[in-house]
Amino acid sequence: MDINFIFLKFVYAAIVVSVIMGLCSYAVLAERKISSWIQGRVGPNRTSLPLVGLIPVLGPFLTRLGVFQPVPDGLKFLFKEDVVPGHVNKFYFIMAPVISLVPALTTVVVVPFGRIVTEAGEVVPLVLANVNVGLLFLFAISSLSVYGIVLAGWSSNSKYPFLGGIRASAQMISYELAMGVSVLPILMWVNHPGSKGTLNLFDIAQAQNGFWFAMWMPLSAIIFLICLFAETNRLPFDMAESETELVSGFHTEYSSFKFGLFFVGEYAHMVIGSCVFTLLFLGGWNPLPFVTIDMLGWGAGYIGAALSVAIFLGKMCGMMFFFMWIRWTLPRFRYDQVMKLGWKVLLPLSIANLIAYVFIIYYLETSL
Amino acid sequence: MSIIIKRKPLNFLEKMYLPEIARGLATTFRRLWGKPVTLEYPEQRPTIPEGYRGVPTLVKDPEGREKCVSCQLCEFVCPPKAIRIKPGAIAEDSEFAHVEKGPQEFDIDMLRCIYCGMCQEVCPEEAIWLQNDYSLSGYSRAEMVNGKEKLYELGGTLPDQHFKWKKKQEAAAKGSGH
Amino acid sequence: MTDIFFYIFSITALACAFGVVFSRNTVNGAMCLIGTFLSMAALFVLLEAYFLAVVQVLVYAGAVMVLFLFIIMLLDVKEAAARKTSIYTWAASLIGFGIMIVGVVAINSAESIKTKAANLPVAEGVNLKAFGYELFTTYLLPMQVTGFLLLIAMVGVIALSKKANTP
Repeated sequence: MDINFIFLKFVYAAIVVSVIMGLCSYAVLAERKISSWIQGRVGPNRTSLPLVGLIPVLGPFLTRLGVFQPVPDGLKFLFKEDVVPGHVNKFYFIMAPVISLVPALTTVVVVPFGRIVTEAGEVVPLVLANVNVGLLFLFAISSLSVYGIVLAGWSSNSKYPFLGGIRASAQMISYELAMGVSVLPILMWVNHPGSKGTLNLFDIAQAQNGFWFAMWMPLSAIIFLICLFAETNRLPFDMAESETELVSGFHTEYSSFKFGLFFVGEYAHMVIGSCVFTLLFLGGWNPLPFVTIDMLGWGAGYIGAALSVAIFLGKMCGMMFFFMWIRWTLPRFRYDQVMKLGWKVLLPLSIANLIAYVFIIYYLETSL
Repeated sequence: MSIIIKRKPLNFLEKMYLPEIARGLATTFRRLWGKPVTLEYPEQRPTIPEGYRGVPTLVKDPEGREKCVSCQLCEFVCPPKAIRIKPGAIAEDSEFAHVEKGPQEFDIDMLRCIYCGMCQEVCPEEAIWLQNDYSLSGYSRAEMVNGKEKLYELGGTLPDQHFKWKKKQEAAAKGSGH
Repeated sequence: MTDIFFYIFSITALACAFGVVFSRNTVNGAMCLIGTFLSMAALFVLLEAYFLAVVQVLVYAGAVMVLFLFIIMLLDVKEAAARKTSIYTWAASLIGFGIMIVGVVAINSAESIKTKAANLPVAEGVNLKAFGYELFTTYLLPMQVTGFLLLIAMVGVIALSKKANTP
């Protein structure tokens, strides 16, 4: 490991993290805009930058679209008064927002954003660390983020956050299991006898040149998607927050930048969740089922790489839109309904799904 | 007599929940392209319906006479006690000296006013009117108390033509009194 | 550089482990335990046993400790902190410590630990397929026994939590 290599990795990591943070801030804007459109409102349409806003047609158009809104949003989080209530456990209170954001940014390391064909003709992923156990790494690190919520709830030393924290931990345990089991059919299919055996996200995405996995494992996809909503604490599963009953759950006592970290963390989780769903079920950077970029003849060189990243990001944004769309469509579940759905419906269903695919894959492997 | 409406039992697809979610998604997706139902307030103002009760003001008649005779009925009836009137005599050399009385000071505290319109209803001279203006703001409490000048400025002139006091004066001149 | 990382993570693991034992606050203890698990996972990474490292985080830090925290929060923490250590606690700790000493001595005196790295089989954590294959063929019995142990623990918990007078 020479120093250049490490430096380069640092630069890549900085780029990827800043892209993710940018995506997060614009995801906030998208959420505000989409919610307002669905509710028949206009949404943020006032913020304008001094010079850009003066460009004849484009400036007012961008202003009406709220494109500059993330700037004041971010500044507001930075400059508001940071209140630390006297009754909290200071150490964990300050740690909790960090713990909830860091895992989300760490998981980015193993997510491939595209692929590039090298001069030797090899297809190489555009990823920070091409780890063999990528998928497991992702699950492992993202499962740590719940500590942020639980610790925030506990250290706030107040009833509503506490309930939020407890709910978050229970929900996490309930849905992680079904989530893991629902992915197993894919891993079985990718690692069929004779393959090299991999949990690499890149290989899984590359295995979808034909059917996308969402098409021939729809039940897995649905179960995974529902669990994804639960794991990212998005409506209809935002038990940890539930404004109507717990004020705002685990972050009731938080203000200013600490709250901002929770906020960004939630969207970072959404971004990562969308990436993973795209990679696992929506064919990664393949534009259409049975169509790859190479088949279209644009796969070579940097153009192919850029195209693959663009397609991947496009699908990811589509997933983000779906997250928001669901949020403004479905009301929140009751806590007991969440538990019932997790343990009595999704877990048995995912196991049945796994067993069914064991037989299907065995049949396909032996008879074809 | 109470009527019990039986709830229709859910059919299989409804119990599956997912098709219903898809229907819900379709509804919200259609709504996504709908026109916004809200107004962008400072630029777009709502249409004020007739009989709207906005800011209370004092009015003058077409001859320029202040209609208020400071009978203090509005002050008496005002539920939040927002009105303060200091009655005074009208100067002898005034054109309208025959009316005898007019308000020396007339204050409406807009921080107290509840826009109930009782002052307008009770006024025997039709001197106090609620206007369409609803957006009042100021930087201090003192600024939010409308004095006499402000009230006339907001109210302007009421173009009615019955000139009650003028007719009274003319009748008195003919010697018929009332 | 690997050596530096080894020392960092071993010291963290040990410090956190001491934190678990000596902390009065149960939540502190649980967080220290998570720290221990994470540093151990890092040590596994240094040994190139990536699969083991990831599973360590996924199962212990990600699932088991969440359950622990859940239970701790449901219980009254203050009551547990005020409780005096009884004679049984001391006895159990001493016996546990003795068993640990025996284990360390046994492992240190075993021949296989002194085998040179070159003679060891290829690190199987890297090749997942080989790892799984070995686990479900050669080492099937130990795995089954471990599973059975967990089952015993679960049955024990159910038996203990069931009150005697309820049918």
